[in-house]
Amino acid sequence: MAEESKAPTAPSEAAAPVSEGRSSHRPGPRGPRPGGGPGGGPGGPREGGRKYFRRKKVCKFCVEKIESINYKDVRLLAQFVAESGKIVPRRLTGVCTPHQRRLSGAIKQARNIALLPFAGRAN
Amino acid sequence: MNRTYELMFIVRPDMADEDLDKLISTLETAVSTTGGTVKSVEKMGKRRLAYSVRRFHDGVYVLLTVEGSGGLIHELERRLRVTEPVIKFLTVRIDEEQKRLDKIKKIRDARKKAAPAPAATPEGGETAAVTA
Repeated sequence: MAEESKAPTAPSEAAAPVSEGRSSHRPGPRGPRPGGGPGGGPGGPREGGRKYFRRKKVCKFCVEKIESINYKDVRLLAQFVAESGKIVPRRLTGVCTPHQRRLSGAIKQARNIALLPFAGRAN
Repeated sequence: MNRTYELMFIVRPDMADEDLDKLISTLETAVSTTGGTVKSVEKMGKRRLAYSVRRFHDGVYVLLTVEGSGGLIHELERRLRVTEPVIKFLTVRIDEEQKRLDKIKKIRDARKKAAPAPAATPEGGETAAVTA
């Protein structure tokens, strides 16, 4: 990846980012946002077309090192479900592909057991 | 071939507590007679359903973790299907996921142990690298 080659990781520092794990592939002065879902959940903040600097979206699961995406964890899953009940696409949330795959599976299981709605808001 | 499964089922909200206990105990005996083991039973209590199921808007969630073969699951699902108060159920196999999580945890723990040593004293880190 081009980003990685540009990364300002000096050889002396190299040990620390490597030990950090997966999230280290996005170097930068800003660093990942720890709090609230990257890019927001349903209808996250999007600067449509305007010339604002768009913050690089990062995968919530990689950053917070959430390994288990379980269908019982409704709070977590609900962050990635739109008001309409749809699963929010990766391009809006910034979730990485492997995690999105697990996430969508978990959401579908949760729907099956009536923890999440198929359509519309849970009443 | 023993595997670990999680059975989550929803019973109708107007079911009496004793009846629910009875239902759970019959399921438990069914598990043990079919050659499996019940690892845990958790009554998650009454919850609002995300959509109406058989015209119910609430349901009592029960989570049953069992270890056994596929035949056991077949039998349990059949029982749940014919048990009238059970309005919905879901079976999920969890052993592979658990294995994956254990593996990740192990790697993390190993890293945690390895990481502080070089950070504290550079020499200590070097010796650790030599021994490794």
